[in-house]
Amino acid sequence: MYETQYHRAKDVADAAALFSGASDASYLAGGQTLIPTMKQRLAAPSDLVGITHLADLKGISGGKEMVTIGAAVTHAEVATSDAVKNAIPALAVLASKIGDPAVRHRGTIGGSLANNDPAADYPAGALGLGAIIHTDKRTIGAEDFFQGLFSTTLEEGELITKIAFPVPAKAAYMKFANPASRYAMAGVFVARMGDGNIRVAVTGAGQQGVFRSEPIEKALSTSWNAEALDELAIDTEMMLSDLHGSAEYRANLVKVMAKRAVAAIG
Amino acid sequence: MTTVSMQVNGKAVSVDVEDRTLLVQLLRENLELTGTHVGCDTSQCGACVVHVDGKAIKSCTMLAAEAEGSEVLTIEGLADNGELHPMQAAFHENHGLQCGFCTPGMIMTAVDMVQRLGGTLDEATVRHELEGNLCRCTGYHNIVKAIQDGAARM
Repeated sequence: MYETQYHRAKDVADAAALFSGASDASYLAGGQTLIPTMKQRLAAPSDLVGITHLADLKGISGGKEMVTIGAAVTHAEVATSDAVKNAIPALAVLASKIGDPAVRHRGTIGGSLANNDPAADYPAGALGLGAIIHTDKRTIGAEDFFQGLFSTTLEEGELITKIAFPVPAKAAYMKFANPASRYAMAGVFVARMGDGNIRVAVTGAGQQGVFRSEPIEKALSTSWNAEALDELAIDTEMMLSDLHGSAEYRANLVKVMAKRAVAAIG
Repeated sequence: MTTVSMQVNGKAVSVDVEDRTLLVQLLRENLELTGTHVGCDTSQCGACVVHVDGKAIKSCTMLAAEAEGSEVLTIEGLADNGELHPMQAAFHENHGLQCGFCTPGMIMTAVDMVQRLGGTLDEATVRHELEGNLCRCTGYHNIVKAIQDGAARM
């Protein structure tokens, strides 16, 4: 990678100050995306502001209505958290499927959401549950957060501090992972909320990253069972087509993963 | 440039490196602990796995500076006074390696696996936990056996 300057922030305010004081900075959380990207010279920030150790960005608190996860909490921590497993087990399962054990020891939820990789898992969980993303400046609802491939509505220098997930009545996450990269070729998060609302968020399959599938939500609202999706035709127009799979292949995967998620919920 | 200080295999070290230096580079080039390997450099193969503060991480995907103040354990730090760690012994006795390139990473991942999941590991669990470690020689068969055996001995 190109040379850079690494700063270890003392707290959130210090992190923001270090960021704005640099000519071209990036926040460095777990680094499981940023470091590889820099090694390939696809990113070359002049300064790295290290935040993954900050106590203010750590911690998981679970209640009856909300589970709040600090932005620098690792995937391994979420996957093994009693608070998450008790309130939203589907979220713990989602975190446990990210990357591999070593990657999960460093990768963070804040980093995953801020990066918005179109095949990342957390965007499906956040959109599927209608999460609220807290930053050092404001709160952003999941509906207003994801803007497309690797793009979010975070402003320059804005730092995610924690993410609040509404607790569903029931939820499940099913992922068809690319056998080599482990990224989602289709990852479907299905949630039945306390008020009866059904939310279905899909990652890995769409051209613009994570999206909610209204057709699947509508079918399941009418009839809550996997068979309700049998006749559904998933629109291939917006599906991603690449060397790993065609749009038609992904559209089918979306349906299969959605059916498995519904079956898992019961 | 920055000065990075940490504990490596129980010894305090302090090294001047460029900020962009990866942890694996510091270990291999500055400290000459070449048991940790660079296999793919794309964070997939796990040949670079070491323990940082008790957790298996890919040292090619971490800046040395990020490990400031941490405790690092490499493959060289596993043996106790010349006596092989039970996981190392298990790899030896179960023919869990051929060329040996992936082996340090496999062993460090295996030790971490046991620390998290205990000593009784079924085959499916071991294979799942090895998703971040690639081997081109063995077909994994004896690696899995070695890990199950080593886990039981730990």
